[in-house]
Parts: sequence; C-alpha cells; structure tokens
Amino acid sequence: MLTIKNLTASINDKPILRGIDLEVRPGEVHAIMGPNGSGKSTLANVLAGREDYAVTGGEVSWQGRDLLALAPEERAREGIFLAFQYPVEIPGVSNVNLLKAALNAKLKHLGREELDAYDFLALVKERMKLVQMPEDFLYRAVNEGFSGGEKKRNEVLQMAVLEPLLGILDETDSGLDIDALKIVADGVNALRAPDRSFVVVTHYQRLLDYIVPDHVHVLAHGRIVKSGGKELALDLERRGYGWIAELERGAGDDARA
Amino acid sequence: MTATGNAAIHYLEQFREQRPELPGREPAWLDGLRREALEHLATAGLPTPRDEAWKYTNVSSIAAQAFTPAAPGAAVPDRALLESLLEPGLGGPRLVFVNGRYLPELSSPPALGGGVRVRPLAAALAEGGESLRPHLAWPPGDGSGFTALNTAFMADGACIELAPGARLEEPLHLVFVGGEDVLASPRNLIIAGAESSATVVEEYVGPEGGRYLTNTHTRISLEEKAQLVHYRLNRESLRAFHMGELRIRQAAGSRFVSTAVALGGLISRTEVRVDFSGEGAETRLNGLYVASGRQHTDHHLHIDHRLPGCTSEQFFKGVLDGAARGVFSGRVVVHPDAQHTDARQSNKSLLLSRNAEMDARPQLEIYADDVKCAHGATVGQLDGDALFYLRARGVGEAEARHLLIHAFVGDVLDRIPLPPLRQALERLLWARLDRREAAGA
Ligand SMILES: Nc1ncnc2c1ncn2[C@@H]1O[C@H](COP(=O)(O)OP(=O)(O)OP(=O)(O)O)[C@@H](O)[C@H]1O
Ligand SMILES: [Mg+2]
Repeated sequence: MLTIKNLTASINDKPILRGIDLEVRPGEVHAIMGPNGSGKSTLANVLAGREDYAVTGGEVSWQGRDLLALAPEERAREGIFLAFQYPVEIPGVSNVNLLKAALNAKLKHLGREELDAYDFLALVKERMKLVQMPEDFLYRAVNEGFSGGEKKRNEVLQMAVLEPLLGILDETDSGLDIDALKIVADGVNALRAPDRSFVVVTHYQRLLDYIVPDHVHVLAHGRIVKSGGKELALDLERRGYGWIAELERGAGDDARA
Repeated sequence: MTATGNAAIHYLEQFREQRPELPGREPAWLDGLRREALEHLATAGLPTPRDEAWKYTNVSSIAAQAFTPAAPGAAVPDRALLESLLEPGLGGPRLVFVNGRYLPELSSPPALGGGVRVRPLAAALAEGGESLRPHLAWPPGDGSGFTALNTAFMADGACIELAPGARLEEPLHLVFVGGEDVLASPRNLIIAGAESSATVVEEYVGPEGGRYLTNTHTRISLEEKAQLVHYRLNRESLRAFHMGELRIRQAAGSRFVSTAVALGGLISRTEVRVDFSGEGAETRLNGLYVASGRQHTDHHLHIDHRLPGCTSEQFFKGVLDGAARGVFSGRVVVHPDAQHTDARQSNKSLLLSRNAEMDARPQLEIYADDVKCAHGATVGQLDGDALFYLRARGVGEAEARHLLIHAFVGDVLDRIPLPPLRQALERLLWARLDRREAAGA
C-alpha cells in the first residue's frame, strides 16, 4: 500500500535522504532504526508532507496514488498519520477542538457524516481509556505544558481517534517511563488490523518486544543500508551501529559502480 | 502652507459659516470654549509626525481632504441602509447618531427614572447645560488638533448621567453612523455618581466604501466606587477615517473596564487617557485590532498613577495582514507618591503577511519604589510548526489558520462578558478575517 522508490530529499540544499526504497504492505509493521541524524525523522516528515523538505527525486505511491502530489491534510485524510518525535504545543487550541476538527475533516473527505457532539465525546473518551489519559487533558491546550511522556501519549490518542491506515511513529517510545511504554505499545497493538500498517522509528529494541515488527531496516546517511527480520533489532542492540559503517561503505561503492 | 495648516484654515472657514447653527451659542461659556479650541487649531494645526505622540501615525491624508462638518439637516443615508448598518443589534436600549447627530426615529432610549438620565447632548445644551460645563471644558494639559476640532464643532452625542447609587440595568448601545464626505464630531459624556454602575457600548459604523471622518470624543467621570463597563467598537467603512479620544477621570475605589475593538477605518486612532483622582481605583483597558490592505490602526494609551493603591492593566492584541500597519503606544507613569500601584501592560501582535508592520511601544515610567509593574510586547507570525501539526492531522490549511488566529485573539474575546456582543464580535471578526483570506491579501 506504500511504495517508496529511490526517494531523495534535501533541506536548505543539503541532501538528507539519498535514495530510499521501501515497500509496506497492509497489516505489516516496519521498524526503522539508525544513528542520530541519519534521516529517520526526515523520511517520516516527507511522508507526512512537511514543506520544509524539498523532494529532489524518486516516487512515493500510496494506495496507487502519487502521495507526493497531496497536501499534508489530504494525506492525513487519506489515512496517513505521523506521531511526531517532538509534538508541537498549541496554546489556545484545546485538545478536544483539535480532535473534532481533525476527525470531521476526515469524515467529510470520506463523504461520511460528521459525528454529533454526543457520539464524538463517547468515541474520544473510549480512546482515552486506551492510552490511560485522564479526561481533563481533553480541555487543555494541545500539548501545552504536557510532560514529555504525556505528549507522546497524546499522539497515540490522536491516532486512536483518527484510525489511520498507516501510522508512522517517530520515536514515540522516547521519554516514556516503563509503564507508559507498555501503555503506548498496548494502545498501538490494539489498533493493529489486517488493513492497518505501522512504520515505527525507534532507537530501542525494547519497544519492539511489545510491538513486534515484520521487518527491521537500518537507515544510515539517508539510505537503508540493511533490512531484516525482528532479529536484526537484537543484533543492533548487541553490536551497535559500528559495523553498519562497513555496510555503508559497500553501499557507497555500489552506488558509484 | 502645510496640509495640516490648510486644514485648520478650512475648518475655521467652516466654523464661520456654521456658527449660527451650532447649539449652545447662548451659553457664552460654550462659545468661548469653541473659540479657544479654534485658536489652538489655528496655531498648532492638525498633528504631524513631528509631534512625538503622532510619530507613527501620519494624518496628512486626512488633513488634505476638506470634509464638511456635519450641519443639521445634512443628508442622511436612506432608512434601509441605516437599518442594515445597525445590524447586529444588541436588543437593549439604543441611541443612534447619524453624522454625529441624534436620530430619534431609530433610537430607543432607556426608561427614565431610578436616577438614570440619558439624553442627546444637544438637548442637554439647549437646556443651558451649566452642570455639564466642567465636563466639557478643554482638557487640562494637552489636547491635539483633533481635540480642538471636536471641541469647535461638537453639537451632539450621548449625555449619560447617573445619580449616586443608580444602575443602568441593560447595556446602553450608542451607534454612530458616518456619511459621505462629512466630518462628524460626536461628543459623549458619561457622568457616574458614587456607587453607580452602567455598561455602555460605543459603536462606529459607516456605509461600505464610504469616505468620511469621524472625530469623536468621550469624557467619562467616575465618582467614588462607581463602575463602568465600556466597549468601543470601530467598524467604520474601510475608506473612512476615525479619530477617537476617551478621557477618564476616576475617583477613589472606582472601576473602569473597557474593551476597544478596531476593525474599520483606513486610518484609525484611539487615544485613551486615564487620570486617577482618588486612591484604590482600578482601570482595565483591553483591546483588539484587526487590519488588512493598507489600513493603519493606532492605539495610544496614557495612564497616570499619581495616587497610591491604584491598579491599571493594558491588554491589547492585534492581527495585521496585507500592508497594514499597527501602532500601540502605551504609556504608564507611576509618580513618586503612587505607592502600591499595580500596573500591567501587554501588547501582542500577529503579522499574517510579510508587508504588515507593527510599532509597539510599551512605556512604563516608575518613580515610586513599592509597586508591582510588568510590561511586555511581542510581534510574531503564525507558528509554522503548529500549522503543519494541524494539517498533518487532516485540518485544512484555511481552517488551521483559523484555529490559530482564534487561539491568538481568544483571550481578549474571553474578556467580553456580554454574550450578545461577544457573539456579534466573533461574527464580525471572522467576516473580516475571512474576507481577507478570500481576497488572498
Ligand atoms: N533545517 C535544517 N538545516 C540543516 N540540516 C538539517 C535541518 N533539519 C534537519 N537537518 C539535518 O538533517 C539530518 C537528518 O535529521 P533527522 O531529524 O531526519 O535525523 P534522525 O534520523 O531522525 O535523528 P534522531 O535519531 O536524532 O531523531 C541531520 O543531520 C540534521 O541535522
Ligand atoms: Mg528523529
């Protein structure tokens, strides 16, 4: 359902993604790991449509459509959800208003009727239980003054309400305490479905104990330098990224050849 | 001769012609007052950017146009147009003034009695108006060419008198409608006796595209523990000029809460001056300005704390788009004897376009040592990260901007506890902002 071919992107003329290929099929979980600065968030943001990045080459098709031609809001309504590595604080806009605007935009796009106030609140409250978030968070301004872990949980809450087809989790596990990690992972697992896929960016094997990936990829210097099954994550945990440098050199040679 | 000098001559000539028509020629003091004002106008002219208080607001384009001071019987827009301008109403008592003159047909004054007296100023002056004399006097200290112009031509306005302990139960709505090429010079008086209370809404409107000058002046006097909630809504035509002055004198323990909303006018300026004449008085000045295209909007506030224990707050926010220019100049002076003063000042502006510009000058001068004072001013753009965050959740770009702008102005609107006014304002505000979006300005 998501096919990325030779995607390159840069920011301020500095190339960050240097040829990404990735195929995500319905129901799959892909983990993306890799050193700091390797381009994981860039990839996630390019998929979500952030305009600060210039896509300089390659294609991305989403359910047969050219994803790169869509505005960020259209991508979201078509079922792509990015859980931000650094969720943004929006003073003056309440969580509940954001959720309502987002959900209604999606329903409208799909030609479905908007939920009335009662059904909407019932849905949101049910999903809040999933991430064990107290109800008063609904009426607080989006992420304003939330702790790091609360922000991450709020991302998962939004995802649970919007029910995307592809959830891209950018280090949603970072900054979570052990219990919160479990809550978030359980929340994600509860959303798993045959037609719903996840791309999980993480630095830690531990998350992958809970959300078990079908594929693990290592991103380094803007390329996927190694892909494997879930055992690759264990490998990385043990050996670090040092040996990846070797692989990269190889990949570089290939590219030159 | 400069444009502002020529303007002075033009208005002197006009005064000569109209003098027989102006009310209050009988009480000699009023005639004297007008001539004193004309003297000021003749020597000082209309303000220029060389005047410190007018540094950022150039009124030469106002001075360059010879507006005709509204005479009795000047053309009045037709009834249907007037009624459309009066929407949305607030439903309570209302005084309507067209070209600065009272129009009884469209007015519904509040019931008399209970120590409340609401009259058109012209009627009050026709009865001699001796008791009003101190409230109409030339302002002590300074006064600009516009103050002088208003004083020379003032003929009518709302005259609201509250006896001690009186309450004006419903909000009183004053509507001032401008007409083509006319100079309107409304003069309003609110004289509130001890422990009286009232809510007054001053609204300025004009036919779309109308070019005229509203030069209005409101004097407010609050005796001990009087309370006044005051709204000032400028939704003049986008080609009109609006010069407004508000002067408040507050006795001990009185409370003045005002919210000024400026949406209209090509060039608009509101000047507010507060003087405390007793201890423990409180004044809160809230404001919201929205400007686009080539609009220029200026708020000039001056609060003097001369006595101990008074509280003042200035809370102004604005949204500027297109090539609009905003000015906020808030001066608070805490004099040496004004111990235990609590003075706060905040001005925040949101610029929606590269060409919009804001001059923010919060000035806090403190000469007393035991005081609580804070001030701050920020000028910023819509947060790009927040915008992307909302869009990434499926919220369309226009709606996302809407949400963020609404979030920005929300806390000023929250300070309007009058639901019908607040709802009307929200509608007007969005009509204004959406028009801008549609025009892609
Ligand atoms: N505005 C910018 N200007 C220049 N370089 C940038 C800019 N934004 C990002 N980069 C660079 O792009 C590279 C990729 O960043 P990205 O955030 O995608 O890394 P990441 O793999 O997500 O890292 P982390 O694991 O630390 O989250 C980094 O080297 C970063 O410094
Ligand atoms: Mg990252």
